[in-house]
Amino acid sequence: IKEEKQRLRKEKKQQKKNKEKKDEKASHESEKKKNKEEKPVSAAAPASQPPTQPSTQKAVPAPAPVPVPVSETPALADKPAKTKADLKAERRARQEAERASKQAATSKPKAPPNELQPVVKRLPEHVQVDNPGVLKKLAKKLERQQIPLRLDYGYKVSLFSHLHQYSRKAPLTQQLSIPSTVIHPAIVRLGLQYSQGIVAGSNARSVALLHAFKQVIRDYTTPPNEELSRDLVNKLKPYISFLSQCRPLSASMGNAIKYIKKEISNIPSQCKEEEAKRKLLSCIDCYIDEKIILAAKAIAKSSIEKISNGDVILVYGCSSLVNHILCEAFEKNIKFRVIVVDSRPRLEGREALRRLVQRGISCTYVLISAVSYILPEVSKVFLGAHALLANGYVMSRVGTSQIALVAKAFNVPVLVCCETYKFCERVQTDSFVSNELDDPDDLIVTRKGKTQLEHWQDVPSLGLLNLVYDVTPPDFVDLVITDLGMIPCTSVPVVLRVKNVDQ
Amino acid sequence: MELQAVLMAAGGGSRMTDLTYNTPKPMLPVGNKPLMWYPLNLLERVGFEEVIVITTKEVQKMMATDPKMKIDVKMKLDVVCIQEDGDMGTADALRHIQQKIKTDVLVVSCDLITDVALHEVVDLFRAHNATLAMLMSNAHEFTETVPGQKGKKKTAEQRDFVGVDQSGKRLLFMANEADLEDGLSIRKSIMRKHPRMHIKTGLVDAHLYCLKKAVVDFLADNKSISSIRGELVPYLVRKQFSKTTNSPKIKDDNLKQLLISSRDEPLLQLAQERSCWNDHRGDMSEAYHGGKLRCYVHIIDQGLCCRVNTLAAYIEANRLAPKLFEEPAVHPSAVISERCQMGSDSIIGALCQVADKTSIKRSTLGNSTTVKEKVKVTNSIIMHGVTIEEGCNIQGSVICSNAVIGRGADLKYCLVGNGQRIEPEGEVHSHKHTK
Repeated sequence: IKEEKQRLRKEKKQQKKNKEKKDEKASHESEKKKNKEEKPVSAAAPASQPPTQPSTQKAVPAPAPVPVPVSETPALADKPAKTKADLKAERRARQEAERASKQAATSKPKAPPNELQPVVKRLPEHVQVDNPGVLKKLAKKLERQQIPLRLDYGYKVSLFSHLHQYSRKAPLTQQLSIPSTVIHPAIVRLGLQYSQGIVAGSNARSVALLHAFKQVIRDYTTPPNEELSRDLVNKLKPYISFLSQCRPLSASMGNAIKYIKKEISNIPSQCKEEEAKRKLLSCIDCYIDEKIILAAKAIAKSSIEKISNGDVILVYGCSSLVNHILCEAFEKNIKFRVIVVDSRPRLEGREALRRLVQRGISCTYVLISAVSYILPEVSKVFLGAHALLANGYVMSRVGTSQIALVAKAFNVPVLVCCETYKFCERVQTDSFVSNELDDPDDLIVTRKGKTQLEHWQDVPSLGLLNLVYDVTPPDFVDLVITDLGMIPCTSVPVVLRVKNVDQ
Repeated sequence: MELQAVLMAAGGGSRMTDLTYNTPKPMLPVGNKPLMWYPLNLLERVGFEEVIVITTKEVQKMMATDPKMKIDVKMKLDVVCIQEDGDMGTADALRHIQQKIKTDVLVVSCDLITDVALHEVVDLFRAHNATLAMLMSNAHEFTETVPGQKGKKKTAEQRDFVGVDQSGKRLLFMANEADLEDGLSIRKSIMRKHPRMHIKTGLVDAHLYCLKKAVVDFLADNKSISSIRGELVPYLVRKQFSKTTNSPKIKDDNLKQLLISSRDEPLLQLAQERSCWNDHRGDMSEAYHGGKLRCYVHIIDQGLCCRVNTLAAYIEANRLAPKLFEEPAVHPSAVISERCQMGSDSIIGALCQVADKTSIKRSTLGNSTTVKEKVKVTNSIIMHGVTIEEGCNIQGSVICSNAVIGRGADLKYCLVGNGQRIEPEGEVHSHKHTK
C-alpha cells in the first residue's frame, strides 16, 4: 500500500489540473458519505495529506485527523481539489480491480455503492482515554489550537477508565485568559453553560450551539486573501474542540455541526461576505425551524393519536419533546394522567413535574426504584431519546433501558419520541464502550447534617460512578415516533440511508 | 472582544488624609510598589492586554516617572484624565468614557489588593448572562493598632447589608445602614421568589464589577446616578425584582436594552425553555423566575482581598501584600550591613542604606531610605527617602516620604507626615505628626 500511495502521489503531480466538475462533485459526495459514516477510509488519508498537514503519519493506517476535518477537504479551492479528485478516481478504479480479484470486503452493509475498499475501523478519541498515545495526540492538537487541556478528575471505575471524567469545580475557564481572545465569547459562555449543566438536554444543547454559532458568524470578518468558505470552517474547529472539552458533544450537536460545515463549504467563492453571512444565518434559522420546532409539532400530532382518554402515561426524566407532547395533548382536552419517574443524582424529573403540573396535568412522582410497583397502573410509556443509533438501539438518559425492560415485562407499550436530526450512524450494543462520565462528586449528598461520601477519594477501594447515558435494545421499544412518521425501531437504518441519499 | 477593563484611579482617599494630602492615593507605596500597581498586576496576570485608567493629571505625571509602572506593567494603558475637584463619582467617570466602551466592562478600583481567581467572578457573569457580577470578601478584623489613634477606639463604620440566596451567588438585597433609617424592609416579591435569604453584614466590597455594556449606555441617559457602589449597584439589585422590569410592556427604552441578552434573543429563549435546568426549586416558576436582570456576587472566604481606603487597611496591606509576589524581600541594590538583624518578613526597597546594629522586624523600608546605627524598627512602614538617625526606636508607626527622624527619637504608634522632622531625643506616642 505504501508503494501504491507513493505511485499515486507521483501520478498526481504529473496530471494536468483541468478536470470536469462532475467528477469533482461525485468525488465530493462520495467523500462526504464516507465521512458521515465516520470510517477512516484509507483513501481519505493520503487525500488529506497533500492539501493539509504534511506531518500526518503515513505508516499508520488509522490517521490522526478526526473525521470532521476530512470533510473539509472537499471544500478546498479548485486546484488541489481537482488533483484530489483525480486521486480518488484512480484509487477507486484500482481498488475495484483489487476487490474483484480478492473477493474480500469487510465494509459495512450500508456503505454507499461506489465504496468497495476494505475499511479500517477507528475509535474516536473520547473513548480511548486510557491510551497514552491517543492522549498525547489530543494534547498536541489542543495545543495547536491554543485550547487548554482539561484534566481528568478522581479515580475512575476500571470498566469506564477509557472515558473522560471531569470535575465541575474545575472549569476550563480557569486556564483561559480573561477576556478570551482565542475563543469567541459566545462560545466560552456556551462551554461554561454546558459544563455547569445550565444548558442540558439534547435539543437545548443543539439550539444553544447554533445560537452561539450565529454570534460567531455575525462577528466574523474574512481575513484578506482567504475565502469565507474555508476560513470560517477552520475558525470553528478550535471552538468545537473547546466545547467538547467542556462536555462531550451530543449526537444532535454533531449532526448540527456537520450541517453547518456543509453549508459553509457550499458558499460560492464569488459570494460577498455580507450576503454569505446573511445566507448562513438564515440557514441556521431554517435548520432549527425545520428540525426542531416543526419536527416537535409533527411528532406531537402523531403522538396525540396514540394518547386516548383515561390513559396513564409514564415518563422518565425531563425530555423537552415528551413534555411538549403531553402539553399539546392536554390542550386538546384528552383526559390522561402522568407518572413522572425520577432518578438520582440529576433528579431531572422534578423539572418535568413542575412543567406538567404548571399546565394543569395531574401527575404522580416516583423514584426509579418504585417503577415495578407503579407499572401495573401504567398504560403507556413515553420516552425521549438522546440519539437513535444505526442498529436501532436508543441512547438515552441512564435508567431508560431499565424502564423499558420493566415495561416489557409488564407488557406495557414503550414509545420513543425522537426527531430525525438525532439519528446517528454509530452502532452500539452496550452502554460501556461509548458513554459519558459525569462529575462523581454529584453523588455526594448531605442528609441530616452528615455527608457520608465526603472523603471518598481517601478510600482506595471506593469508586464513584456517575453515568449519563445508556442504550436500550430495539426489542424493548415498540414504536419510534419521528417527524417522518411512526416507524418500528428496526427501520432506523432505512431512515438514515434515505437521509444520506437526500443530502 | 469580551471584556474591557477600566481602572478607577481618581479617588481621593478621603479616609486617610494624613497619608494622601501629599501623595495621591493611587501612588501610595504598598510593599514599595504604588498602590495602583496591584490591580493592574491582577489584570495583567489574568490576560488583559489593555486597560483604560481614569485618573487625575497629577497621578498621570507620577505614573510616567515611577519605575515600577513603566517597567513592570506591560499592558497598554489608556489614561483618561478627569478633574481633581472630586465631584465626579465612579459612575460619572464611566459615563465620561462611554464612547470608548465597546463591550462589557470590568471596573476595578485602584485600591484593591487581591489574589482572587478572577475567573470565578467572570464565570458567574458569563454563565448566567448576568447584568452585574461583583466580588466581596468575608472581612476580618484588623488587629494592628492604628498609629495616631489614642486607645483602641474604632470609628463606627456604616455597615452594609447584603442579602444573597441559598446558593450564595445571587444578589438579592443590598443596602447601606445609612439608607435604612426605619429598619430593613424586604419586598414580598423577593421573599416569594427566594424564601431563603442569607443576610450578611461583615462583607468587604472589593469594588470589582463586571457590567454589561447596556449598563454603561443606561448610565449615559440617567445622569442622576453618580456612584457605582453607592447608587448603581443597589439600583440594579432592586430592579431585578421590580414589577416594571418583569412586565411585558416596558416604557423605558434603556431598561429594555438592559434586559436583552443577545442579538438572537428568541433563540436564546428557546434554548432556555428546552433546557431541563432550573436555578431554584420548590415553586412553579421557570429558571431565574423569568427575570432578565440578574445580579451575582462571588464571596471569597480565604485568600487576600483588601481595600486600602483607611489607615488600618493601609498598614494591613503593607504586611500582606508582599506575599503576593515572589520578588526578593530585599532589593538587590540595597546596602545592608552584616550586623543588621532583619526579619524575613521585612521589605527593603531599592538603594537603601542600613547600618550596623540595626534591627528591622515586620517592617517595610521604602526606596532610598537611610537607617543609621543602633536603630530599632518594628512593625512600621517607612516610605521613600526617609532618614532615620542613630539610636531611634520606631514601633508600629508610619513614616511618610522624606521625613527625618532625629537621633535617639522614640516613636510609638505614630504617623509622621511628608517631609516632617522629629527632633532628636523626641518621644512621641500615638500622635499624628503632620503639618
